[in-house]
Amino acid sequence: MTALTLAVRDSNTMLRRNLLRMRRYPSLTVMLVGMPVVFLLLFVYVFGGTLGNGLGGPAGGRQAYANYVVPGILLMAIAGTAQGTAITVAMDMTEGIIARFRTMAIFRPSVLTGHVLGAVIQTMLGLAVVVGIALLVGFRPNANLIEWLAAAGVLAMTAVALTWLSVALGLVAKTVESASNLPMPLVLLPFLGSGFVPTESMPTAVRWFAEYQPFTPIMETLRGLLLGTGIGGNAIAAAAWCAVITVVSFWWAKAQYNRNTAH
Amino acid sequence: MTSLSPAAIAVTGLRKSYGDKVVLDGIDLAIAEGTIFALLGPNGAGKTTTVQILSTLVNAASGEARILGRDVTREPDAVRDLIGVTGQFSAVDNLLTGQENLNLMADLHHLDKTASRRRTAELLQQFDLTDVASKPASTYSGGMRRRLDLAMTLVGNPRVIFLDEPTTGLDPRSRRGMWQIIRDLAAGGVTIFLTTQYLEEADQLADQIAVLDHGRLVAQGTPDELKRLVPGGHVRLQFADPDEFQFASQVLDAPARDESSLAIQVPNDGSVRSLRALLDQLDHASVEVTSLSVHRPDLDDVFLALTGQPDRERTTAR
Repeated sequence: MTALTLAVRDSNTMLRRNLLRMRRYPSLTVMLVGMPVVFLLLFVYVFGGTLGNGLGGPAGGRQAYANYVVPGILLMAIAGTAQGTAITVAMDMTEGIIARFRTMAIFRPSVLTGHVLGAVIQTMLGLAVVVGIALLVGFRPNANLIEWLAAAGVLAMTAVALTWLSVALGLVAKTVESASNLPMPLVLLPFLGSGFVPTESMPTAVRWFAEYQPFTPIMETLRGLLLGTGIGGNAIAAAAWCAVITVVSFWWAKAQYNRNTAH
Repeated sequence: MTSLSPAAIAVTGLRKSYGDKVVLDGIDLAIAEGTIFALLGPNGAGKTTTVQILSTLVNAASGEARILGRDVTREPDAVRDLIGVTGQFSAVDNLLTGQENLNLMADLHHLDKTASRRRTAELLQQFDLTDVASKPASTYSGGMRRRLDLAMTLVGNPRVIFLDEPTTGLDPRSRRGMWQIIRDLAAGGVTIFLTTQYLEEADQLADQIAVLDHGRLVAQGTPDELKRLVPGGHVRLQFADPDEFQFASQVLDAPARDESSLAIQVPNDGSVRSLRALLDQLDHASVEVTSLSVHRPDLDDVFLALTGQPDRERTTAR
């Protein structure tokens, strides 16, 4: 068996393990999908009327804000699931079965790739639910099929990047509690970007951060694909950010997983 | 081919420390294939660290360890192909059922569907888990979980098995069941490396025992060899009457005597022949003995003598 088929086969086995675990323990998934839905409803029905008027578009109001806020909510959903992954990984590492996996002649990172693949599937399913509810509360995208697929691609790419980051954070964390706290800033990043209000409305220092942090180009790309706003250089910036986060986090996670041991 | 086969486990000069604390301070071991080896020692002696190094979980600071000729540091994957490990803490996935846990192992050993189904059914039967196969492992009792744990270790037919305290926390009945399983495995040609704090367990199971204390091996040998390290097989004679006691002391030629409790200890290996000789001697001299007890050295004596731990229970009992 070649190294690649071994890697694919073992990762696939670990993916099935993680999907099975998610099915046995669905409350975490429900909570992870529930949080962005609650924020969506809150921002559309509580803040939406006022914030929509502030957007300065021709329509304004709740309807305009529903369109504006969805990309931010989607990223929040991805960040929330990533937080869940960090917790799941940290919990898994306390279980004896990880020691068993380490003593078996398997593709070593498969424990981690299984977590990532499982979490990405979980994220995409969660995102589908969030988009469905967004459509019900007034989200009116004008994307064609190609644009929808591209948007799904951007979301998947972001999910992969943030999931690898959260796997690394879950491995770094000494306890399950700290694993749940470490990825917390990720959930806040959509707020400190163009997720909920345009960056132009922010004071200089915050605005500078908001425009250069990774979530903003991702959200702007999604907005462009789904609602037809200008994308410009945001797509390339988004892809670059995701690639860098994925690669760095992958090596970080691998090094953490292998510390102290023969690889 | 067999004549050239290397020792199942060969270890030289193994050292490991965590920070300032030296955990293993130069361990040498040679364990023959198909035998049961017990590493005996108190808590914190370094037993688990030894298992972790030999099972490629942790790197040694120095020294060499080979499993069936393969180096644990340089060829970890070759070693992992040969071994099975059941750690001290349950290594089952609690959210999965017994069957799913075994399937997971079968998949990771790349068994095809038919082989996987056959092997898992066989193991469920062998370990008496068929009835609970479709229940989540979290609902299992301690003994059942330990059996599932070992069954998972066996899915890949390992040639060397490491068992870190396999019966700790089990009730006496489950413990005996586990012993039988271990004996059966060894009878099938598998080499077994187990750690234990229970002397009885080592005595019951092991062909070879090594005693580990503070990171050093303080003794190695068969259970009988180790027992011979501690002299002191004797018969204790108890008397009711001080005159009888004095008389017996003379007859038996200056044995160890305890004036206050009117007891005499006579060196004796406890065999029927030597006991009969002693009783004949007492009969001839018409000595009235109230009671007699035979004391054979057991591994407890060896363990305590070698590891230098205070033995309060025994001294008060004597």
